[in-house]
Amino acid sequence: MSNELQRQLPPRDTRGDFSFPENNALDAGYGLTEATIDYISDAKGEPDWLREFRKTALRKFREMPMPMHWAPQEIAGLDFERIRYYLAQTTAPQRRWEDVPDEVKRTFERLGVPEQERAFLAGVDAQYDSETAYNNMRAELSAKGVIFTNSTEALTRHEAIFRPWFGKVIPMGDNKFSALNHAAFSGGSFIYVPKGVKLAQPLQAYFRINSESLGQFERTLIIADEGAELMYMEGCTAPKYDTATLHSGVVELVALPGAKIQYVTVQNWAQNVYNLVIQRGLAMEGAQIRWIDCNIGSGVTMKYPAVLLRGAHARGEVVSISIARDGQLQDTGARMIHAAPHTSSNIVAKSISIGKGRASYRGEVNVLPGMDNCRNHTECDALLLQSHSRTDTYPAITVHGDSSAVQHEASVSQVDEEMLFYMQQRGLTRAQAMSLAVNGFINDLVNEFPMEYSVELRRLIDLEMEDSVG
Amino acid sequence: MSLIIRNLHARVKDGAEILRGVDLELPAGEVHAVMGPNGSGKSTLSKVLCGHPDYEVTEGSAELDGQDLFAMSVDERSRAGLFLAFQYPAEVPGVSNANFLRAAMKARLPQGEEPDAVAFYKQLRARMQQLGMDAKMTARSVNEGFSGGEKKRNDVLQMLMLEPKYAILDETDSGLDVDALRIVSDGVNAMRAPFRSFLIITHYKRLLDYITPDVVHIFSSGRIVRTGGRDLVDYIEEHGFDFLKNEQ
Repeated sequence: MSNELQRQLPPRDTRGDFSFPENNALDAGYGLTEATIDYISDAKGEPDWLREFRKTALRKFREMPMPMHWAPQEIAGLDFERIRYYLAQTTAPQRRWEDVPDEVKRTFERLGVPEQERAFLAGVDAQYDSETAYNNMRAELSAKGVIFTNSTEALTRHEAIFRPWFGKVIPMGDNKFSALNHAAFSGGSFIYVPKGVKLAQPLQAYFRINSESLGQFERTLIIADEGAELMYMEGCTAPKYDTATLHSGVVELVALPGAKIQYVTVQNWAQNVYNLVIQRGLAMEGAQIRWIDCNIGSGVTMKYPAVLLRGAHARGEVVSISIARDGQLQDTGARMIHAAPHTSSNIVAKSISIGKGRASYRGEVNVLPGMDNCRNHTECDALLLQSHSRTDTYPAITVHGDSSAVQHEASVSQVDEEMLFYMQQRGLTRAQAMSLAVNGFINDLVNEFPMEYSVELRRLIDLEMEDSVG
Repeated sequence: MSLIIRNLHARVKDGAEILRGVDLELPAGEVHAVMGPNGSGKSTLSKVLCGHPDYEVTEGSAELDGQDLFAMSVDERSRAGLFLAFQYPAEVPGVSNANFLRAAMKARLPQGEEPDAVAFYKQLRARMQQLGMDAKMTARSVNEGFSGGEKKRNDVLQMLMLEPKYAILDETDSGLDVDALRIVSDGVNAMRAPFRSFLIITHYKRLLDYITPDVVHIFSSGRIVRTGGRDLVDYIEEHGFDFLKNEQ
């Protein structure tokens, strides 16, 4: 987006710490039982197979242990009984902003969503608590056969395309949280881009939590047919509450031969949010999947975008920025599974730990037996702002055969006092100097984000620095 | 209007005393040179005046245009008009020269105001041309991967842009070849004005051949031991600093 356009837009309320009184006609109450699932299925008018599917997932969820390779102590405090699993005003999304309920519309206006839609987006999906409040796409894309809707409509209106891939990239029993999402999912996006169709502008989803103690379980499936290309961006905010909120989405990407998918996340949840998200893409022959992931908010985030490289010459990439300040754990990383020969992957992860904040990198690179001539490059750099800030790196690299090349580089550094003195000597306050230093550290990665987001990211970093140093 | 330093004592935090009673008055419009052997505390003086966190003042005072310098933070001193061209300028990875300078200029404006972009770039290009710097340098990260000479020149560029009232040049001449020395000196000379002063810290005479000082101070063992005119420079050039030993 041009600078000119940038100036015309009103400033976005990127912190998102505001809320409207609850006005939910649909409320499944606290806790997750078969009755909760019946409530959700009834509200959505779901077929019996799906109701049973959800109940099977619920049983798996109850049986499965917490994932131990995540950070178990940090999620031990999460009480599934004190979460509300479904809250909505209506189940059907609106296609025009003027039809969206007033406080919901005002929320998204305050977050700048309608302006962005007009300015540079191909389509918008705006989720408020459990359901999509607004969903719309430019008419010329519908004419080309592009589908952009939510998971509920995908099941009722596009079942033939949706169902064969639903739960195939991330199966129900993958881990406890995928089972949870399969049981309680609502909202999220379904996108299908037909063969050879290339979207020039991004599709945007906006996830908003308004109500206290909500569990938001959006379910996204994106299918790019052969040679198709798209960029999808998601943003998230929530007001700060004293009680825990859970966000546990499942995102599945399918890039058929020669397709390209870029998936951009800017996560800025409030600090009472547990952000436990599973993102995985399947890349067939010659396809490319790129996760661009930025985690600024939430109390605990555990998220390791993955690419399963299933076809020869497929490419997977993760570009990750995380910022952890006091009270935050950003446990992020990437997984690259080379399940075909001649596949390549690239991981660049940068984290910033402020005060007692803690950022961890957890990575898995796995070249399966018989998969020759695979390549991976991993680089993770951590910046510690204070001497008591913390970072951890847990790389797991498995390579079968001897024709593949895997590189892992890692660095940990502190903001250099001489550099800060230099900048302060030029008149910058300590906070301004820190902010520039941090921006400089992640500058090359921020440039990977769409313009609108990189501007927002820099502004968020400035705010963080003002708060932590000023 | 002047920078007045009285009986300044300072040490490395919890360490040895390095400045042992410096007295110096730098009136507006004058150029003073500070010469002295290695390790005499010349660079420490510049860092202490600018508020480097490694040092603490144990005694004495410094006033900048009547304001207590040591009551001000590092950045307040800068915005009050004190500039240091570093002996070893720091690198700021990922921050372009242009963005860094804009941030520094913005810091001098009332909150919320931005420097005018067109005027800024016009001025920046003119100053870079004056210093013989490649226009591409605006997009390069501050001092990252620069040669020693390029870093020094970049510091002088910042000085030209920020237009300080009091500029300290700490061994700016070291690392510069003859051509660069002339260009940098021309830049300093062009800035000389009745409202601006320079404190030029140097080991060698050659910079002072280009920038003529009004007053020359000889620094030794943490204080000024002799003050005189230009002829003092020639005396040092001829006899070195050995004479100081006899005086102690």
